[in-house]
Amino acid sequence: MALRKAIMNYTVRKFDAVIVGAGGAGLRAAIQLSEAGYKTAVLTKVFPTRSHTVAAQGGVAASLGNSEEDHWHWHMYDTVKGSDWLGDQDAIEFMCRKANEVVVELEHYGMPFDRLDNGKIYQRPFGGHMSNFGEKPVRRSCAAADRTGHAMLHAMYQRNVKVNTQFFVEWQALDLVRDAEGDVMGVTAMDMETGEIVVFHAKATIFATGGAGRIYYSSTNAFINTGDGVGMAARAGIPLEDMEFWQFHPTGVAGAGVLITEGVRGEGGILRNSAGERFMERYAPNAKDLASRDVVSRAMTTEINEGRGCGPNEDFVLLDITHLPPETIMKRLPGIHEIGIQFAGVDCLKEPLPVVPTCHYQMGGIPTNYSGQVVVPRGGNHSEPVLGFYAAGECACASVHGANRLGTNSLLDLLVFGKSAGETAVNDLKNSVKAHKPLAQDAIDRSLARVDRLNHQKDGADVHETRLAMQRTMQKHAGVFRFKDMLAEGVKRIDEIAGQVAQTQIKDKSKVFNTARIEALELDNLIEVAKATIVSANARTESRGAHVRDDATDTPETPDGRDDRNWLKHTLWYREGNRLDYKPVQMKPMSVDTIELKKRAY
Amino acid sequence: MDEVRKARINRLKWHCRRALLELDLVFDRFWERYEDSLDAQGEAALESLLELEDHDLWALVSGREATDDSQLAAMIERLREVSPLANFE
Repeated sequence: MALRKAIMNYTVRKFDAVIVGAGGAGLRAAIQLSEAGYKTAVLTKVFPTRSHTVAAQGGVAASLGNSEEDHWHWHMYDTVKGSDWLGDQDAIEFMCRKANEVVVELEHYGMPFDRLDNGKIYQRPFGGHMSNFGEKPVRRSCAAADRTGHAMLHAMYQRNVKVNTQFFVEWQALDLVRDAEGDVMGVTAMDMETGEIVVFHAKATIFATGGAGRIYYSSTNAFINTGDGVGMAARAGIPLEDMEFWQFHPTGVAGAGVLITEGVRGEGGILRNSAGERFMERYAPNAKDLASRDVVSRAMTTEINEGRGCGPNEDFVLLDITHLPPETIMKRLPGIHEIGIQFAGVDCLKEPLPVVPTCHYQMGGIPTNYSGQVVVPRGGNHSEPVLGFYAAGECACASVHGANRLGTNSLLDLLVFGKSAGETAVNDLKNSVKAHKPLAQDAIDRSLARVDRLNHQKDGADVHETRLAMQRTMQKHAGVFRFKDMLAEGVKRIDEIAGQVAQTQIKDKSKVFNTARIEALELDNLIEVAKATIVSANARTESRGAHVRDDATDTPETPDGRDDRNWLKHTLWYREGNRLDYKPVQMKPMSVDTIELKKRAY
Repeated sequence: MDEVRKARINRLKWHCRRALLELDLVFDRFWERYEDSLDAQGEAALESLLELEDHDLWALVSGREATDDSQLAAMIERLREVSPLANFE
């Protein structure tokens, strides 16, 4: 491979384990390894307590039963049902059974949970969490005021400092180092401060890089959520699982993505189309604007698609609270007024807010088992572990969320599977992986060539414009409500954009904190996620959970368009050839009976 | 822009990548408007604000909380004034 000399320079650093990402999952995995005495490096783009886990406010689910009777089996039932039966029941049982343990551990790390008068952790109810197999809501969410994610990161970061985890802050991971046998021996990464490239040579590599919500134009995700680990895995030949499933929130501020809480409609907020019509009366005559998230999102999309959207591009609807007394808004909905002013340029006391269904959470990701090992089909087995490679949190697909995630299960996911991935890596280091496997030079060269191409590209595509084109295409063609022809057209369009991504050009060639270069490298990752999403969504001709298609018909055999006979299976997307494969859903739990298929109704 | 200043600004810009989308959006607009005119005093104030935790920073930017420090308060004002509403008024 002909590489220019400047980029040929790299150094190699050896660790027992390298973890990419310092959000909840990465920090939890690191504790496990460092406590066991292994030399552990954590690479992170931003300071650990600036990870997007900070934005999680709702709490973490665990059937502690502190306020009323609860049981992990009930939690498991809710999670399987919430997943629309696409979640693997062994992984779901594992997660729900482990919940109490990881929450109590977190308490010992110093997490300031809200408490009851008797000193036990206070628990509150949350959507979809029920007692006695779906009977009535149960108090299961453990929180630390409205800063649960933030408090969690702090507690775990402090613990890591105590056990000597080595942090590499402001480092951009570039590529997985995977050899011809399919084994993983580390990552290539760039120090943002100097532009220096280092190969982190490790016996265990754990990805905890979070989701890729920035593939959509309207997203509640912070700018850092560019699916770096997911893109890296795809480039290294690892398939991506169930990427057609993205959770959308009905009311994000149009053009900005900032969430407007459901509480606004709870207080009497009304959705209106361009004619000023309260259109939810047509779609949900009883619940109207308070219908469930997916029903409201689909109705909004239909209004926009049928030409009744608002604004110069007719691409949003309005959330109207101007009929509510200003004192009610200011008292009961604090923050909404400021969000309207800051991000919509609208004083919501006088004018309605522009809103659109907005991408919130990635259910799919790098395929793993409940031990946190990355698994791929090989030799007739559809879930064979990749030696030396583990993943946890939003970047991974265990799969516990299946086609739709329940609130407060995301923080639980990152604690349980972060710990599990760390624990499995510790066991592997103790028992089977004694030495570093030699580095695969061709994988390193490919990674260097990718950076080299970017540094020297001439007459290429603009990063900002190309990213925007991808985001708009994903929003229009693979948004919350999906249409056969739009999906097919979207596949072609994203493929064209992928061609431009391969030719991106940066004007700034400097080495120190070159944000233009970082953004171009992030786009390389985002486009893999976008391709996986739209190709997988185009192929899945049913509706299930968050994947809703206009052409999936509601029949007795396919209730609400869900087609278990043909589609009760996980999608696997391979980057090479944009190819799809499938694997069965694990319907057999670890110890209890299968939670049998039925229509998902609340 | 000389290389030293460029490196400093680039570092500050990266530190504006936050955990909360609200702050990302505010800083995005801030840089569009102020990249060329940010002076040393402004840089220092921004640097101090970027040391804050995201929820605390957002509480200041959204006006729910205030600071006694006049330098910081001036920077918060700038962050607030780049809101779209300011353009409408």
